[in-house]
Amino acid sequence: MKKLIDAPSEVLADALKGVAAAHPELAVDFAARVVARATPKPGKVALISGGGSGHEPLHSGFVGPGMLDAACAGEVFTSPTPDQMLAAAQTVSTGAGALFIVKNYTGDVLNFEMAAELADAEGIAVKTVLVADDVAVEDSTWTAGRRGVGTTVLVEKIAGAAAEEGADLDAVHAVATRVAENGRSMGVALTSATLPSVGKPSFDLPEDEIEMGVGIHGEPGRTRAPLAPASEIADTLVSAILADHDFTGAPVIAMLSGLGGTPLIELYLVYGAVASLLEQRGITVARVLVGDYITSLDMAGCSLTLLRADDEMLRLWDAPVSTAALRWGA
Amino acid sequence: MTGTEDGRLTVDDLTAWMLRFDERIAAEAEHLTELDSAIGDADHGTNIARGTGAVRRRLADAPPGDAGALLKSSGMALVSTVGGASGSLYGTLFLEMAKSVGPAPELDTAVLADAFRAGVAGVVARGRAEPGDKTMVDALQPAAEALSVAAAGGRPLLESLRAAAAAAAVGRDATIPLVARKGRASYLGERSADHLDPGATSAAILVQALADARSERVG
Repeated sequence: MKKLIDAPSEVLADALKGVAAAHPELAVDFAARVVARATPKPGKVALISGGGSGHEPLHSGFVGPGMLDAACAGEVFTSPTPDQMLAAAQTVSTGAGALFIVKNYTGDVLNFEMAAELADAEGIAVKTVLVADDVAVEDSTWTAGRRGVGTTVLVEKIAGAAAEEGADLDAVHAVATRVAENGRSMGVALTSATLPSVGKPSFDLPEDEIEMGVGIHGEPGRTRAPLAPASEIADTLVSAILADHDFTGAPVIAMLSGLGGTPLIELYLVYGAVASLLEQRGITVARVLVGDYITSLDMAGCSLTLLRADDEMLRLWDAPVSTAALRWGA
Repeated sequence: MTGTEDGRLTVDDLTAWMLRFDERIAAEAEHLTELDSAIGDADHGTNIARGTGAVRRRLADAPPGDAGALLKSSGMALVSTVGGASGSLYGTLFLEMAKSVGPAPELDTAVLADAFRAGVAGVVARGRAEPGDKTMVDALQPAAEALSVAAAGGRPLLESLRAAAAAAAVGRDATIPLVARKGRASYLGERSADHLDPGATSAAILVQALADARSERVG
């Protein structure tokens, strides 16, 4: 393992120091491992997310005006704990309630559920939106269900804009749910990620093979396939997503995220292929993000997310946002 | 015999259980992580060891006065340090046991059996996993049943704990051929078969640790 770290067990604590040093506009609670806006906006619904670390910029990179109020950082690839989420809710909620944005993994779901019970006991109204957008998981009945991946970023942006405008908890929850229900993703891995605490790749992937439909923790996807040209891989991702949801006749927001170990030039190359495939199939892409937004440590590969949007979602998407990793109009 | 089998678990017994659990988890952490890398995300040993270490420190810093307080303190330490599904599930096990026993200074076999059953019921409710889903429930549920049967039959405490530990081990081993239906291993589908479940393995360690700790203390 070759990584820029001091000690494997201190990676998260040390990285949070860097977040605090780089972003004075954020308040980092090192004990609770919560990154929050330094000055919560009174009367606004608090947006709180969190998850295992290693997916940066998700979630702490999306804390700021127009997006999240707080992000709880778990250990690498491990859900945060209810006491962290409660601390976040107590720090940033100002009486208008809190929305928990939760990716569908057993650990995240159970811990956020316990946190919602604790927050409720403290008199903080909580609603939860669950993101489960990974189309690679075909059998949702006999598994923990679809994993939450790239659509999470879009939920955080769009619901964040709604909350910033002053929408109440029900309205913020409603638009967040609409985004979660209309977003679909699928990823592909060229290499495995290596956890700092483990020191070796999480799974074996031969030099000439790819994991099609990989999860952001290296969960297996649909197939182990031979390495193919990028345009063929793009076709597989696009086809899988389009087969799962109707994206015609509506503006689409597209996000192509790197998984942490892929150069931007390759991401743009893949997006070029995605764009022409979507055009061929009569799909109108209204907004695009290309870059590292939801990653898996040092995994090489990418994840494509498409959202069937509507005018309100587009308007909220275009609203100002000012976070470490997403910033426009502000 | 260096002690007497008086049939009740004291706060010291329960403390010894937690310390023994921590020792065994520390010794098995690498193995647990290895099991988890086969069908999960290669962190079960690391995560549980962080939690049992936190329990050890918390019990040393603030020794609880009764059984309920000890179980609650241990549960909170696990919930707040393990993370992932395991943290909330192990935490729930202990918190539900704490609720069941209340401020009792000692637990006899029947009270322990009821508490353990309540704890396992809490795990099932929280995780929505059934026996056979290839999870920690596959070790915990048989242990709870064995303990209840032993308690109902008036068996001595240590014998009851050994029966529970044996049942947990059988349940653990029975996870090998199962296809996972909950948790991260479920994404592997059929590929999750022929692997021992890491959660059932750590759960069996937990039950064995109680039998061992008690056995050591009563000689």
